[in-house]
Amino acid sequence: MKTKSISISTAFAALLMAGAANAASVTLYCSADEAWCQLMARGFEEETGIKVDMTRKSSGETFAQVKAEASNPKGDIWWGGTGDPHLQAAEEGLTEEYVSPMRDQLNDWAIRQAESAANRTIGIYSGALGFGYNKDLLEKNNLPVPACWKDLTKPEYKGHVQMANPNSSGTAYTTLATMVQLFGEEGGFQYMKDLHKNINQYTKSGSAPIKAAGLGENTIGIVFMHDAVAQAASGFPIVTVAPCEGTGYEIGSMSIIKGARHLDEAKKFYDWALTAEVQSRAKDVKSFQVPSNKSATQSPLAPDLSQIKLIDYDFKKYGASDERKRLLKKWDDEVSTLPQ
Amino acid sequence: MRRLASTPSLHPAIVLWMMVGLAGFCLLPWYGIEDGFFNFEWLFDGYPFDEDYAPALFLLLQGKKPWLAPMGLALLLPLFLWKRRKNDPLFGTLLIWVGAAGLLWFFLQGFGISIRGWNFSFLNGLFGELGDRQFGMGYGAVLTGIAFLFLLTLGIAARGAVGGDVFVVSSVGLIIGLVGLFIFMPILKMLFTALITEEGGLSIVSFVGKFFSGRIWSLDCLVGGSRCGVAWNSLLLAAVVGVITTILGLVFALIATRTGMRFQRILRALTVLPVITPPFVIGLAIILLFGLSGAFTQAWAWVFDVQPTRWVYGLPGLLIAQTLAFTPIAFLVLIGVVEGVSPSMEEAAQTLRANRWQTFWTVSLPLMRPGLANAFLLGFIESMADFGNPLILGGNFDVLSTEIFFAIVGAQYDQAQAAVLAIALLIFTLSAFYAQRFWLGKKSYTTVAGKGDAGVHPPLPRALSIVIGSVAVFWIAVTVIVYVTIFYASFVKLWGVDDSLTLDHYVQAFAVGWNEFGLHWKGSAWDSFWTTLWIALVSAIPTALFGLLTAYLLVRQRFAGKNAFEFGTMLSFAIPGTVIGVSYVLAFNVPPIEITGTAIILILSFIFRNMPVGVRAGVASMSQLDSSLDESSLTLGANSFQTFVRVILPLLRPAILAALVYSFVRAMTAISAVIFLVSARYDLSTSYIVGRVENNEYGVAIAYATALIGVMLAVIGVMQLIVGRRDIGRRGHAGVQQVQVAGGG
Repeated sequence: MKTKSISISTAFAALLMAGAANAASVTLYCSADEAWCQLMARGFEEETGIKVDMTRKSSGETFAQVKAEASNPKGDIWWGGTGDPHLQAAEEGLTEEYVSPMRDQLNDWAIRQAESAANRTIGIYSGALGFGYNKDLLEKNNLPVPACWKDLTKPEYKGHVQMANPNSSGTAYTTLATMVQLFGEEGGFQYMKDLHKNINQYTKSGSAPIKAAGLGENTIGIVFMHDAVAQAASGFPIVTVAPCEGTGYEIGSMSIIKGARHLDEAKKFYDWALTAEVQSRAKDVKSFQVPSNKSATQSPLAPDLSQIKLIDYDFKKYGASDERKRLLKKWDDEVSTLPQ
Repeated sequence: MRRLASTPSLHPAIVLWMMVGLAGFCLLPWYGIEDGFFNFEWLFDGYPFDEDYAPALFLLLQGKKPWLAPMGLALLLPLFLWKRRKNDPLFGTLLIWVGAAGLLWFFLQGFGISIRGWNFSFLNGLFGELGDRQFGMGYGAVLTGIAFLFLLTLGIAARGAVGGDVFVVSSVGLIIGLVGLFIFMPILKMLFTALITEEGGLSIVSFVGKFFSGRIWSLDCLVGGSRCGVAWNSLLLAAVVGVITTILGLVFALIATRTGMRFQRILRALTVLPVITPPFVIGLAIILLFGLSGAFTQAWAWVFDVQPTRWVYGLPGLLIAQTLAFTPIAFLVLIGVVEGVSPSMEEAAQTLRANRWQTFWTVSLPLMRPGLANAFLLGFIESMADFGNPLILGGNFDVLSTEIFFAIVGAQYDQAQAAVLAIALLIFTLSAFYAQRFWLGKKSYTTVAGKGDAGVHPPLPRALSIVIGSVAVFWIAVTVIVYVTIFYASFVKLWGVDDSLTLDHYVQAFAVGWNEFGLHWKGSAWDSFWTTLWIALVSAIPTALFGLLTAYLLVRQRFAGKNAFEFGTMLSFAIPGTVIGVSYVLAFNVPPIEITGTAIILILSFIFRNMPVGVRAGVASMSQLDSSLDESSLTLGANSFQTFVRVILPLLRPAILAALVYSFVRAMTAISAVIFLVSARYDLSTSYIVGRVENNEYGVAIAYATALIGVMLAVIGVMQLIVGRRDIGRRGHAGVQQVQVAGGG
């Protein structure tokens, strides 16, 4: 929540004088949700006096924008959003190398993320894949409670499961890559084919399946667990499940854009965003991801990563654009065309 | 622009454009000011010598940017026309040369030299490293470019084009320049990007392979397969929506102008509501009503004891939502046309003993053809380009517009695929455009002539009245239910979970308080709200103006290349906003036009996306105005500019109002293009609402949307008062002649 105070006259003066002071500023591309982005932008402004120009877009959109602006970058720092577009940007040389002094306070997975991209990005939070169900609808339809990935392919759930389309959503691509790593390529695709029979809709956006479940429009949604927790925290009758076979995860990342006009301020933001104190604030805005700073505190509602069976997700392999294109094409050709 | 009898030493139009050009070259900063177009701080910060703020002349005097010099010299050349008459062959020839060469050099240097020196690597080979660079163009460059353009058109007019009419030639030149720069250039740039293969080369083969893929064109569903290609989905949806909205629009236009039904005013107000509703909100309301847990579906399941289904996701939901959303556009187009049909023709038919039905079927309806064709075309294209509704109601019924969006922003990030889909979309919309012109043919639909035109529209056939009356009542019921749902939902704490009523959502968005600086806009929505309001208002006026000017040129003037001209002005409408958004980012992020992240790019995208509606509204109304009106004005000594302003414009008030209202409303509710163009400083209401929906704050999203609807109604009401109404001077028939759009507002 921002509470900016501008009277009409000062607003007018600001319009004429904008930039007159030429105070330090930084342009932030934010790919987390609005409230979290606002919290980061306003917090940094208050604590450093550096003005933050923030734009919020999904990580795919931000990647598109950074790429489009490559010859004349407008943004300085890109904070939040799933790690793959950050890795892709690093691979294409759109982002800047930086080793933060904060690095030794971070969890291993965050540092591994940085190392796999030649220090052009770093992990700031992580979230595990899972699913959530609407307990009212489940009862109403007399369905058993699902606990494992394999449960979702049972015929009684036909028409009750939703996931996003991997072509449009990073979440769904993570699901596809997780199944391939969990059950092998053959088994993973067989799983997706079995699941396909139960899917009532492939949504465009990654968190849409659990939002539909919250509104009572769908029973089970395959999403990141923190998204399901956020629904429950908003008061919807959603129960979050960590699948018994183990699951994949994403690493929300941060990168400095190559050719940033305010490089020093961007680095300052980078270090600041990695502090335990700042990362502990996420829960205040209903973001239940796991922070990358080891000493940051977490909400009691958040899924405990140590209790979840995480697979050894190969970000380098499955984040690379060739492998991604191959898997997506295979899914398009072999799964999406099947009758339901 | 009066033609003076005596020959002045230099033609006044030349003086005007030379002054404009020289002012741009010698007085105003040549390059864009980084702090913003409307920021005048540069005046006190080193102007005119500081390199960032210097006019071209001062740069040259300091020995910098030598490539700007030819333009300054070219601006002085018209002085050779001292004491020469307009019919002197040198007059036209010289101006054409100055204008064309000036413009050519203007763009060559603009595109050729960029932020990193030479923009194309072959120039490096040709001339060696430049060692200098330039940024985006600013005020000075804009004025100089305009001056060259109008010197060129002046020359062309002097050579006798369009009867030597300077106003017409200049208008054509201006519109071509604008459309070329802000529609063709970005699209070409994007399509070019699209032909680039993954390896970086250009390839037609991979393009063809992508274009004819089964995902786009498959017809599996007809032979028992799972689903058809997205192109067929889009086509089916758009055609059905086009037909339904045209019929409903006609029904409402007939009720509003030809019947004494008491609910006319309610109907006028209600048909306007959907068009001023921000995206996603109608979709949300439809889910709340007809979704799996929706009130209607649950009631149905309870009454008939069946399992509730997700029937609304897919074609049915899209049809409901798009019909609700686009019928008002058809209504806005048709009301002017239905009202403009001359009663004297209908009276003549009745005098010849036609009954009411024959009169309606053989006289009134055929005269409305231009309106019907335009209404269908708009409904068809709107449906094709619609993005918000398919996103939340589409289910597994994929359409082209969302596929394009996700090809660009999705995990695949495939611009080439987006362009391929965009081309399929263009083929459909352009075919519809040509089919419409073919159907209208070359017949005359003129009914408002300068001659005696007093009369009263005959009443409709009784049976028809009853049918359209019941359609209207049904419509009113559905619309009222949808909007009551929206209004109610904005007060509900958490829909479906906690039904208690609260004002929290409004407080969160629109709280106002006092602090030491005075009024304090505390709510989270105020920033985006004020930005949206002023951008929408600022862009509405040029949209209407360029639209009607183009319509005037299309209907009333003959010039070479008119078909291409019409095609060009309509093209932006056939391009989905998503594509416009991305292509604008690609084209206007780099010099010579560097405007991403500013308010200007938002305003431009609104102007060029909404202009076609102004054009269509103007064309439809203008084909009903007899050209004898202009001819008499011209015979009485007025020039074409005066005729346009004093005769045509006043008769086009309904069209002006439609264009103003439409562009304002579209600017307030547009989403697909602006989601790429908004920036931290210029965030818009719609992208803010999308953010709230993404964040599960449905209450705030709906409350914000409800407030926006109220604001738009108020603004439309004010616009109506300012523009006034067309008084055709027919015999009184209470309530019939009011050319109103939102009577209930």
